[in-house]
Amino acid sequence: MPREGILVNNPVERLSSEQVRQIHKASMEILKDPGLLCFNKRAAEIFQSNGAGVASISGSDIPCWHVKIPEKLVADALDSAPKTVKLGARNPDNALVMKGNEARVYYITGSETNTWLDVDFSTYANKSDPTKEIKVPEFLPRRGTVADLCDSAHVCEHLETVDGYIRTVNIQDKDITEDNKDVNKFFACLNNTTKHVMSGLTSLKQLDNVVKMAELIAGSQDKLKENPIISFITCLVKSPLQFVDDTTETFMEICQRGLPVVVSSAPQAGTTAPMKEAGIIAQINAEVLAGITLGQLVNKGTPVLYGSVPVRARMDTLGDSYSAVETSQYNIDCVQMARFYKIPNYSTSGVCDTKIPGQQSSIERLFSDIVVTLSGPQYLHCAFGLLDGNSVFCLLQAVLDDTHFQRVKFFLKSPLINEQELTEIKKQIKDVVATPQKMFINYIRQVMRTGEISPPYPFESDDDSDNVFSLAYERLQELLAKPVEHIDPDTTARIFQDIPGLLPRLNVYQEGR
Amino acid sequence: MSEDLINMIKENVIQGRKTRDDIGIDESLSGTPGVVELTESALVNNISPEVIIAQALTAGMRVVGEKFSTKEYFIPDMLASADAVGAAMDILNPLLEASNVETKGKFVIATVKGDIHDIGKNIVAILLKGAGYEVNDLGIDVPEDKIVSVVREEQPDYLGLSALLTTTMVEMGVVIKALEENSLRDKVKVLIGGAAVSDDYAKEIGADAFCADGFQAIKVLEAFETA
Repeated sequence: MPREGILVNNPVERLSSEQVRQIHKASMEILKDPGLLCFNKRAAEIFQSNGAGVASISGSDIPCWHVKIPEKLVADALDSAPKTVKLGARNPDNALVMKGNEARVYYITGSETNTWLDVDFSTYANKSDPTKEIKVPEFLPRRGTVADLCDSAHVCEHLETVDGYIRTVNIQDKDITEDNKDVNKFFACLNNTTKHVMSGLTSLKQLDNVVKMAELIAGSQDKLKENPIISFITCLVKSPLQFVDDTTETFMEICQRGLPVVVSSAPQAGTTAPMKEAGIIAQINAEVLAGITLGQLVNKGTPVLYGSVPVRARMDTLGDSYSAVETSQYNIDCVQMARFYKIPNYSTSGVCDTKIPGQQSSIERLFSDIVVTLSGPQYLHCAFGLLDGNSVFCLLQAVLDDTHFQRVKFFLKSPLINEQELTEIKKQIKDVVATPQKMFINYIRQVMRTGEISPPYPFESDDDSDNVFSLAYERLQELLAKPVEHIDPDTTARIFQDIPGLLPRLNVYQEGR
Repeated sequence: MSEDLINMIKENVIQGRKTRDDIGIDESLSGTPGVVELTESALVNNISPEVIIAQALTAGMRVVGEKFSTKEYFIPDMLASADAVGAAMDILNPLLEASNVETKGKFVIATVKGDIHDIGKNIVAILLKGAGYEVNDLGIDVPEDKIVSVVREEQPDYLGLSALLTTTMVEMGVVIKALEENSLRDKVKVLIGGAAVSDDYAKEIGADAFCADGFQAIKVLEAFETA
């Protein structure tokens, strides 16, 4: 049985049916005029041989082609792209099954940040009354390491609401190079979580090693196809409307291997896309559809996710403002567009602008987490633990986020209202009204332990003080102390024998570990 | 047999099962006798009320209190257990009186005139009864002359006054003044509670204590007893 996720019964929609059709039409027109710039020769040739208008652009130092994609090619791709995508997992019970027309939401971590935020607590005394003390968290940024990635995967394995794992931190150890980064990051993730693992690829040269590692863990090439424990995310179209050479090549290679892949586009309203909602949605839709079309031309039936990461620009810096309300609007619009095509959607929420955990981060992330969840994306990259856009990761924040999602999931439970329920409740009301105290307390107890009552906020203090951080930190330490189901010793030995570049210190079975 | 019955009463207090109709927490007990039926059986088997109270009811409530303090139990659990104990005390009190055994004390409780809010007051009444006090709940919107009359006739050890509203809390002072005018003030300890009142307000109107909730009320009463 796959993970349950949370089924949104009546997903929130911003666009009317007519507006969805208008966006689709505009995207089709954009794909024809102006079309896309393509910096990858093979992709340009594939488009050309399948009837797209392709013309070489002369006078540029970098080889480039102008690609105009006819609507028929897009329609064929949308026909052949699977409407149900399964993302497998080491533990098959953690598999994710996503149907493009079903608003079942899975919560996913990521993306990759450069900075890891450690937490320490200092005690401060009141100047006028030194007996009064408070513990204050201090956040200490440093470069992320592969050990951090292991810890992050370990904790996320135990966070109840995390359905799948996208690596949260860029591994920047001295012995990590471009040639061994991919195998080490995939192994660190796979060895510390039994949930689905998705990642981008740093070097195309490492793709086969990563796939081979996954085959060893899954059991065989065929078993990996049945239970794809890994998948990839690629941002092959750079906004506005440009197929990037290397990521397009990587994307095509992944498609050829038939593994699930996210076709992601991340335009910024105001700089790399129009500021207005209609503009950025029409453009991102065109960009994602262009990618999906290429993927299906490379290998018909490749499982793809409609990956939308639209964001509004900050007016003070022109950096990304994930906390802007419009960013959530754009994401919800994209969820609707993906559902229109019945392709499972990769959406974004929970990324905040602030740099450390606190009130601002909670407000920013919770707002987008709620509203985007309500729109029903299938694969919601909801940024567990992320801060400062996509720059910083903090495990403490991830633990706090888990409690947010427990609430959102509880809120989305289907209402239990039917004739049988109402008959029982009417009797209950009649019985209680007849008692002298007229209280329903005895009936609370029946539902208190069945999960029908939402739990209290787990980091609430017994007194008037705010100890959320220190209580969450205690929880984090508990999670880190929990055991993790690592890859078994034989498979680990095979992996270390067959896959070059793995750091010996990642082998948990090595003597002395 | 006696030991079994005592243990079963204690377990049912922990489960908060007043009668056989209550589900409790452990569903396997469903349909089996609750505290009321077991208390009656215990009396039939000549177990003394004192033993039932000490070894079953109080011992059970002690476990409930421990579970509450470790957050395994919540207030509804506490109230269910206290309600079960209160029902058992209704059976045992006449026997205790007949054998001249003193109860923990008599407690009259009321929501004052003009105020119809009674959730807090009811919870306090259940908890006090479960803690072994004899409770007379006068209900809501109770005028001061009725309270004075009950205090005169029943001579309770304690009087609890409840009010939710800032507009009705002044009635508490009216009641205390009426007790003074009727020379009853020194005969009864007056405790006040409710969202609008405070420790300072209790002092201002001459009450003996302010109780934030039922649990504090029990602590305050225990402090009075040991004072």
